[in-house]
Amino acid sequence: MRNEGGKGLLEVRGLRATVSGIEILKGIDLTVREGEVHAIMGPNGSGKSTFAKVLAGHPAYEVTAGSILFEGKDLFALDPESRARAGLFLGFQYPVEIPGVTNSAFLRLAYNTVQGARGKDELDPLEFDDFIREKLKLLDMDPAFLDRSVNEGFSGGEKKRNEILQLATLEPKLAILDETDSGLDIDALRVVANGVNQLMRRDNAFVLVTHYQRLLNYIVPDYVHVMEGGRIIKTGGKELAFELENRGYDWVVNEFKAGTEPVATAGSA
Amino acid sequence: MSSVLEQLVNKPYEHGFRTDIEAETAPKGLNEDTIRLISAKKGEPEWLLEFRLKAYRHWLTMVEPRWPNVTYAKIDFQDIIYYSAPKPKKKMSMDEVDPELLRTFEKLGVPMNERAALAGVAVDVIFDSVSVATTYKEKLAKVGIIFCSISEAVRDHPELVRKYLGSVVPPTDNFYAALNSAVFTDGSFCFIPKGVKCPMELSTYFRINTEESGQFERTLIVAEEGASVSYLEGCTAPKFDTNQLHAAVVELVTLDNADIKYSTVQNWYAGDEKGVGGIYNFVTKRGLCKGVNSKISWTQVETGSAITWKYPSCVLLGDNSIGEFYSVALTNHYQQADTGTKMIHIGKNTRSTIISKGISAGHSNNSYRGLVKIGAKAAGARNYSQCDSMLIGSNCSANTFPYIEVQNAAGKVEHEATTSKIGEDQLFYFRQRGIGTEEAVSMIINGFCKQVFQQLPMEFAVEATKLLGLKLEGSVG
Repeated sequence: MRNEGGKGLLEVRGLRATVSGIEILKGIDLTVREGEVHAIMGPNGSGKSTFAKVLAGHPAYEVTAGSILFEGKDLFALDPESRARAGLFLGFQYPVEIPGVTNSAFLRLAYNTVQGARGKDELDPLEFDDFIREKLKLLDMDPAFLDRSVNEGFSGGEKKRNEILQLATLEPKLAILDETDSGLDIDALRVVANGVNQLMRRDNAFVLVTHYQRLLNYIVPDYVHVMEGGRIIKTGGKELAFELENRGYDWVVNEFKAGTEPVATAGSA
Repeated sequence: MSSVLEQLVNKPYEHGFRTDIEAETAPKGLNEDTIRLISAKKGEPEWLLEFRLKAYRHWLTMVEPRWPNVTYAKIDFQDIIYYSAPKPKKKMSMDEVDPELLRTFEKLGVPMNERAALAGVAVDVIFDSVSVATTYKEKLAKVGIIFCSISEAVRDHPELVRKYLGSVVPPTDNFYAALNSAVFTDGSFCFIPKGVKCPMELSTYFRINTEESGQFERTLIVAEEGASVSYLEGCTAPKFDTNQLHAAVVELVTLDNADIKYSTVQNWYAGDEKGVGGIYNFVTKRGLCKGVNSKISWTQVETGSAITWKYPSCVLLGDNSIGEFYSVALTNHYQQADTGTKMIHIGKNTRSTIISKGISAGHSNNSYRGLVKIGAKAAGARNYSQCDSMLIGSNCSANTFPYIEVQNAAGKVEHEATTSKIGEDQLFYFRQRGIGTEEAVSMIINGFCKQVFQQLPMEFAVEATKLLGLKLEGSVG
């Protein structure tokens, strides 16, 4: 942990959420403090991405129970853009394409909006150009990229790199990265992980949603959570990720079932 | 629309001439006497009266087109006043203008009085400064350019008008063109003589604010050999009119090596949110690339009118001539648009480009309809068409009706079409980066329309961008 006893940033309590009437999240508790890196792992369909989207306020999901405090404030009282301005960032699993809107225009508008909300000065196009070129270097990206339409015709790896560029531009308090590692080859993964590592400070935090342990070779988590059936069923340190990589998820699930239903399953297991 | 605006627009004329105006207005209805009256009032030569009567007689044999993908109640053509003398409106100072209207102008970034002069735009009559118009007129006259109302042109340059009027859109062309030919009362005339590049953009910017050119506007622009002009029609400011039916005709002619760029921003009153009221905009616009290597380029941003029915077209007669059509048509609430173009390739190696962007929101209906025809002698002709539709919400519709006729095997026609929807995920992406919904929609729309906006003169492009945002306010989220 980089910031022992850091301030609480995110407090999730008993969170339940549905999409199209189907309950996906069935009671999540999670605390994230400043300076921490959390990894949320789990099999497909366990609710990891839903959790990420609910944190960001995606309108397709309905929160049915629980609470989320972000820096002590009720997150549900904020619409998605206000959450972003307050410093909550979601790196998308599937970034959308926006034809005709250049990356530079999009990044600058996002940057200036968020800066404005923080009471800081906005940058004019020339100042922003200097600013963004520094960020591009961090991710080993070609400046020609700025003139392309947002995500249009990007390879999977370029899209993910673009998410991290936005992260670097907006400098949020809490970054939730939803499967940022998927679709990246090993070189791209290294570049992206390196970028993320350089963005870590004592007063921000990261939540990495991932299937695989390999990202965690490059970004070392303080906590690893296993999600299954819309709940966090096990929490451990970084060594848990290795164990999951070696043994899969079944043993955690069985262990959890044994814990929650001791009489019925203990004998048969 | 706000009742304040309506009151302002429909404010009765307050000072003087009242009786005169009564006397200058023809009775309702259309017959040969009405046409003779119009012609006599305007002191027209005999040939023009004949032109009108011929058109009228033909019109009687025609039926209203029913093929456009729009619906409206039957128009009673005998319930329209076809002639009233131009009403000089009261000149207002800015303090007298309704604040609501000013707010709209401000949102659009239109400085009302100075805009035209600042933009270097010559307008044939300016809102409240005749002197500026005069200055421009002198400058234009120096290079031999004629830019005046069509009535003045008939009086001062009858030989030119006679030569070109109806040469592109014959009086018998279609129902509304025939009607216009019979009863048009005014419009603009522009003549660029041989070898002259017009030194400024010509515009009708505020003309309609000072003088009603009526429902049946007639525009004629001629560019002689090697001449060049960029012409702007309309403005982004909302325009209101008590006349529901508007049937204009615009004719463009380019001779050898000449080019005309014609840009329109149309923001006539579109009716209210429930689809009550609004202008029927039934327009015939056509350009004739008569000479070799000539070029006609149409750019339109159509955001107003309850119904828009127009197909700015190019007849590519001269070898190597070029036709272009760039269009953004936006419909919201209960607006209907059936718009597109016709590219008629007759000469050899003629080329045309069609870029059409349709945006539908609310309960509106937006259709692209276009014809690309490669004639038997048009060897080497090429066309590229791209028709993109964007839907906002789930109660609107978008249609594309491309017609392609190729009679020469050496011609090449390409057509691409896409339909997209501003989706929840797209908006959420913006919002997650701190950008609010309205701003996100505006950015997406402008990205979608970029290819067309790039064709607009700079001033217009900035305004058009704002205009689209304004028209879509509140339609998402």
